[in-house]
Amino acid sequence: MVGERKFKKYLVVVIFLFPSLVGLIVFNIIPIIQSAIMSFTEWDLLTKPKFIGLENYINICSDENSIKGLTNTLKYVVGYVPVIIVLGLIFAVFLDMKITGVKVYRSIIFIPVVISWVVVSLIWLWLYSPDSGLINYFISILGFEGPAWLQNEHTAMPAIIIASLWKDMGYVTIILLSGLQNIDDEFYESANIDGANSLQKLFYITIPTLSPIIFFLLVTLLISSFQIFDQVFIMTRGGPFGSTRTLVQEIYENAFQMSKVGFACAQAWVLVVIILTVTITQNILQKRWVNYDSK
Amino acid sequence: MILNKRARVNKICVQIILLATSFLMIFPLLWMFLGAFKNNNEVIQMPPTLLPSSVNFDNFKTISELFPIGRFLFNSVFVAVIATLLQVLFCAMAAYAFAKIKFKGREIVFTIFLVTMMIPSQLTMITLYRIFVGLGISNSYLGLILPGTYNALGIFLMRQHMSTLSDSFIEAALVDGSTQFRIFWRIILPLCKPALATVGILGFMSAWNTFLWPLIIISDTNLSTLPLGLSKIQGRWTTEWNLLMAGDVISTIPILIVYLFTQKYFIKSLAHSGVKG
Repeated sequence: MVGERKFKKYLVVVIFLFPSLVGLIVFNIIPIIQSAIMSFTEWDLLTKPKFIGLENYINICSDENSIKGLTNTLKYVVGYVPVIIVLGLIFAVFLDMKITGVKVYRSIIFIPVVISWVVVSLIWLWLYSPDSGLINYFISILGFEGPAWLQNEHTAMPAIIIASLWKDMGYVTIILLSGLQNIDDEFYESANIDGANSLQKLFYITIPTLSPIIFFLLVTLLISSFQIFDQVFIMTRGGPFGSTRTLVQEIYENAFQMSKVGFACAQAWVLVVIILTVTITQNILQKRWVNYDSK
Repeated sequence: MILNKRARVNKICVQIILLATSFLMIFPLLWMFLGAFKNNNEVIQMPPTLLPSSVNFDNFKTISELFPIGRFLFNSVFVAVIATLLQVLFCAMAAYAFAKIKFKGREIVFTIFLVTMMIPSQLTMITLYRIFVGLGISNSYLGLILPGTYNALGIFLMRQHMSTLSDSFIEAALVDGSTQFRIFWRIILPLCKPALATVGILGFMSAWNTFLWPLIIISDTNLSTLPLGLSKIQGRWTTEWNLLMAGDVISTIPILIVYLFTQKYFIKSLAHSGVKG
């Protein structure tokens, strides 16, 4: 009787978990194991994979494209993540003030977030165009000559970062804003009585209270910006002179265009190790600055 | 008095900054809409004109002569809707088992789910593509939809929500002879609407916008979703901005309508995922 009930309970659990378990196993666990194995092989999809040990990983260290892909990705991460968090913080504070039309501003600032990267990339491709783009037109009105943004190896990556800031700022702002709205007004009132100025309030009340959310944003934004692909693929295909080629574009091209599947798997593992290292480091460092009990 | 005056000046400054920023946010989109109705001379002429000289749908017609743009639209809507519905259902089912049924190994299985959340899809996409080719579902709707039905973050968010619901009425319903499935469908799901909306909106947005996976799995133009179709249109007309903007407009209108009608939930969902995550 008890055995039967237990069996029935497990049957129910299995049924409830079944679709997600299939997803977990087929879309995650099996591909992870396979790609780990394939990263130690030379494989062009047509012939049988050949075991070559650590050769792919050794080659990555001296492969010019891999190194370029990694440094470009790092440039993007460094140029994008800190700036967007500061911008998001500033606008979250602004949008938390009692200002006429603040609700309209909130929904406008969020619009680019819902639009797909391919659409956004095409718009910015036109805006950046050296001969028919609006940006250089406005620069010329001011009496200067704008660069050929995406066709110049010095300005291409900054241009992609600017477009990314435009698209994602609303997301960061809204998340920080929801945190601001949870801060008790009493903190600010007692700070006012003590005669604190706005900057003091920002650094001693707002940022410490928001630190768990800033931490969450840092972790997720770092993970997603290491995976940058869509905007680069549409706007520059990695050019000019490979100055915007990213790690994910490297992986995509090696796996699906150059038939270097084993090598692409090894590159993907390098990306994973970098992402995990950054995430774990942040988790260790967070104890020093993230404040969980200020509510 | 002095303080009050300074606060007023500050407010006006912020008001101006917000106005300017809103303009910067809206203008590229407005420029896209206007560009979609201009002809191929107007989009490259300098100095540019703000408004198109005549309003017609020539650009849309030109695109649809070479690309099945209506089909792209249908594919995107179909794939995003089905994937989202399935994802919400599957996440809710798993979350219910994790939150409300006690079984051996529950925490271990749940932890495995959470760990996979950290694995970027670029690692799995290469071999997952091989698996889908092996199963014969590459280049098909199934191949587009299936990966979108699984979402560990969705399971996590819904479990958080379900854990806050009281166990007592579930126990009472079980005593009354109700099955777990009935309880899940009749009692739990209606109580979880906010969490369902959050997961649904996040799922829909990612399904609607995803580009890399369709690029890998789909080679048939007729099965392309809008982002993939647009990149093909770009391959054909690299700098015909009027045509590219027309394609952009078709891809943007549906999601913009969804956003305008559900923006409260949109913003809440994202904020929610941030605070809880």
